[in-house]
Amino acid sequence: MTQAKISAQGVQVHYADTHAIKDVNVEIADKEVTAFIGPSGCGKSTFLRCINRMNDTIDICRVTGDIRIDGEDIYDAKVDPVQLRAKVGMVFQKPNPFPKSIYDNVAYGPKIHGLSRNKAELDEIVEKSLRKAALWNEAKDRLHAPGTGLSGGQQQRLCIARAIATAPEVLLMDEPCSALDPIATAQVEELIDDLRQSFSVVIVTHSMQQAARVSQKTAFFHLGSLVEFGDTNKIFTNPEDPRTESYISGRIG
Amino acid sequence: MNEHISSAYDRDLEALQTLVMKMGGMVEDAILSSAKSLETRDIVLAEKVRAADKKIDALEEQINEDAARIIALRAPVSKDLRAILTVLRVAANLERIGDYAKNMAKRTVTLTDMAPIDGSDSALRRMSREVQEMLKDLLDAYLRRDAVLAEDVRQRDHDVDQMYNALFRELLTFMMEDPRNITTCMHLHFVAKNVERMGDLVTNMAEQVIYLVTGEMPEDDRPKGDETAFVGDVD
Repeated sequence: MTQAKISAQGVQVHYADTHAIKDVNVEIADKEVTAFIGPSGCGKSTFLRCINRMNDTIDICRVTGDIRIDGEDIYDAKVDPVQLRAKVGMVFQKPNPFPKSIYDNVAYGPKIHGLSRNKAELDEIVEKSLRKAALWNEAKDRLHAPGTGLSGGQQQRLCIARAIATAPEVLLMDEPCSALDPIATAQVEELIDDLRQSFSVVIVTHSMQQAARVSQKTAFFHLGSLVEFGDTNKIFTNPEDPRTESYISGRIG
Repeated sequence: MNEHISSAYDRDLEALQTLVMKMGGMVEDAILSSAKSLETRDIVLAEKVRAADKKIDALEEQINEDAARIIALRAPVSKDLRAILTVLRVAANLERIGDYAKNMAKRTVTLTDMAPIDGSDSALRRMSREVQEMLKDLLDAYLRRDAVLAEDVRQRDHDVDQMYNALFRELLTFMMEDPRNITTCMHLHFVAKNVERMGDLVTNMAEQVIYLVTGEMPEDDRPKGDETAFVGDVD
């Protein structure tokens, strides 16, 4: 295996007295889609949020252990979480565009991070991001219309465009399709497969079939522990751990 | 194995397994009855085997339809997926064995008018009995998810091959002795070859059961027994 993009060692997360993540060790590869699956409350989203320090915003949350991206400790005091989040983009469960135009939604990140020197460059970033998010053709004639006027699936793709506009290296997706219909879901899944060419993608999903369809690697979390991690093909045809087997096949564990 | 959260899913899988077992029982019976009809030149029994094959075929169709429905509705994974794949393959192999038994019954009707060849009928019956025993154990292995028993069945195909080799040579001798035996011997040889093929199909199913239980197909390391391909080879 080549050098992992994201490497987590002995990660523990406590919310006040609750031990939410218990000693998770995992290596996530670049240019691959890794799916986190597991029942509600198993810690998969919490762990995902550790990767771009979103848990920093929660006072009672305490993260220990070591998470590195390209070998760099992201919890190092020198690391600016805002810069980190430009590098590690995130897409949430419900599409949450800013109450601004489509253009401004995408341009916001590059602007505040100073990624463009002039309007022409910014236009280019917006177009490129919308194209990558497979939204350009639908949005190009209405770039200055409000982002909230788009359909749910389009809004989610807009959020993906916004996340990739800052040229991140890692894209975290927390149930990106759970609020979408099957067609919009298929479009986003198709998009995730394209995004893999450029980024390391980590997706949390409750849909087993989605994990099986889009990911190359799957991690199964249960009660805060990483139970099994491996090739998606293997996890869905012949998992090692009986808990994984029970969960993916819909059995009483 | 724990139950599914959806109990209807469990019921569907169980119903499918029951159909496979029913089909297996009918095929076992077809093997024994066709061999018996041949040995006793019992045309009535032979006709029964031919008629029963239609029911076997219909069961396979039903199994295929039910399996397709479960795949579409439940999107099975892991052991459930292997269980469905196994059902489909086992049903296909059983159907084929049924066809061979039917063919044996057809030839029985023709052979009734011909003089018997010493020892061949009982040899065929022994061979058929062996294959039927293998099938019975295979169905047990499937039901109990017993990979060890399935492996045992898989190894036993060698014995059937040996019996076929011996019979092949015997029939050859009869044909050389008297050309008037050729028609009968050719029919009997086809019957023998069919039974030998049944053994191979049971072996396929045994491999499928091992896959069902372990998640991996067994290595191709069992002894191959049909040596008749080399008979007459000058080397």
